[in-house]
Amino acid sequence: MTRDEIVIAIKDIISTIAPDEAVGSLAMDVRLRDQIELDSMDFLDIVMELRKRYGVQVPEEDYMQLATLQGCVDYLGPKLESKSLVLTALKV
Amino acid sequence: MRYDALIIGAGMSGLAAGIRLAQAGKRVAILERHYLWGGLNSFYKRGGRRFETGLHALTNFAAKGTPNMPLTRILRQLRIPHEALRLAPQRRSITALRTSAGDTLRMSYSNDMALLRSEVARLFPSESAGFERLVAALPGYSGSSESDYAQSARARLADFVRDPLLAEMLMIAPLFYGSPTENDMSWAEYGILFRSIHLEGMARPEGGIKALLDLLIARFEQEGGELRMKSGVAAVMHDDGKVRGVRLDDGSELECERVLSSAGLVETEALCGRSVASEEDARIGRLSFLESCCVLDRAPQALGHDVTIVFYSDGERFRYERPEVPVEPRCGVITCPSNYELREPDREPFARVTCPANYGYWKGLSEESYAAEKARAVDTMLDTAETFSFPIRPHTVFRDSFTPRTIERYTGHRGGAVYGSPRKSRDGLTALRGLALIGTDQGLVGVIGAMLSGITIANRSLLEPAGGAA
Repeated sequence: MTRDEIVIAIKDIISTIAPDEAVGSLAMDVRLRDQIELDSMDFLDIVMELRKRYGVQVPEEDYMQLATLQGCVDYLGPKLESKSLVLTALKV
Repeated sequence: MRYDALIIGAGMSGLAAGIRLAQAGKRVAILERHYLWGGLNSFYKRGGRRFETGLHALTNFAAKGTPNMPLTRILRQLRIPHEALRLAPQRRSITALRTSAGDTLRMSYSNDMALLRSEVARLFPSESAGFERLVAALPGYSGSSESDYAQSARARLADFVRDPLLAEMLMIAPLFYGSPTENDMSWAEYGILFRSIHLEGMARPEGGIKALLDLLIARFEQEGGELRMKSGVAAVMHDDGKVRGVRLDDGSELECERVLSSAGLVETEALCGRSVASEEDARIGRLSFLESCCVLDRAPQALGHDVTIVFYSDGERFRYERPEVPVEPRCGVITCPSNYELREPDREPFARVTCPANYGYWKGLSEESYAAEKARAVDTMLDTAETFSFPIRPHTVFRDSFTPRTIERYTGHRGGAVYGSPRKSRDGLTALRGLALIGTDQGLVGVIGAMLSGITIANRSLLEPAGGAA
């Protein structure tokens, strides 16, 4: 997955767990929870989907790394390099 | 063939927990003893008609997209769109109390808190300021302190409300809506129930409780969960303080990492092989009910009754307790499901009346006298209920009633205790690793509370390594 695809992967997961939120215009370096309605239970869901779709394990102490889209790209980049994008909510 | 998790009971908490675990990719099965799902909020057929159990209402009403509300959070966690619930809000409900002078005070409320405010001002003009202070001081959903759990709601109410009649009236709906203890509850629980009923409000899914259950089952199966009916759990198997699996009523065994049990506190202990508690065990809830569902020949509204729910007390002291007599007619709940803002009115309207009942009496009756005694007790109950509503019996075309004995049989709750044990395990932890409690005895009641319980405990188990605390 490229870095752009990781952004799409995260947006797709958010759209799956929070279908009412608009993910198109999310800024890269603003905290996700400041842009859309996400609580700690929702972050658990993002982590769960990462594991289910890509087999990526994110330990609880690393959840902070996923606070922004940029953080997701930096943290998940190496882990998702060899994976291909899975979409369930968004259309490309 | 080993399961990541087995869930005891296909009620609201079990289904919600199951969806969460299946969504996370876990291999999970829900084991239900009966042939119908829903637990305390279920449905059944009699005389060709479908009946539902429970109060027919969802508390915690929130419009689609309202942030930070329990309902919004639950729906998102279960990935159920708000529209799918098709919630019909209540018209208005009433708490009614008859004074010793024979006057009936009727306090209305709706999903708009302004109505309750104006009713308090109308009935108790000098109490408005105190009532506002009460609302401002209510404990929240999370972060209630241990002292909020240790304090009596009645004692705290008296700090804000001076008129004992208003204090009594403000206890009636919260107690009926979910207290496992007689006549009082903790201040923390009062905060949760007051918010759920009054600040958020009540609604009913279009199509009733079955429509909601159908949604939950569909979600669970869509995520690959396995629902096993007629699969009662006879025992939880464990080695060295750690869960190993369960043995079913038919003797077959299933292996698993974790068990989430909605069977209840005492009931789950019994499944683990702890000595069976006697009926005098203080951990067995004392509150059970006689409930009668009356199918009507016309809508209650046509009979001048447009109220969704009436919570009543015939007397200045609200007797939320196990009565000495078979049924306590002096207080109860009258629910008219057709008095929600339904888009598709029920084909046959009905009224449901629920009053506290004596478990031991109903449990001890012989088969020969049961039906006749039930009919007699229901009449006693309706004599008073009709004075708070409308002439129910002249318009009843079919009636089905159930007693604490029925509740015990179908829910497995000892003593037919609808709201479970007065001792709650708020963290859901048990003496065994890998075994957690969900549902009523984890401390949250009602449809929404039960679902939240299942979600919360399932989420915690997802964060913990297998073999951890729960």
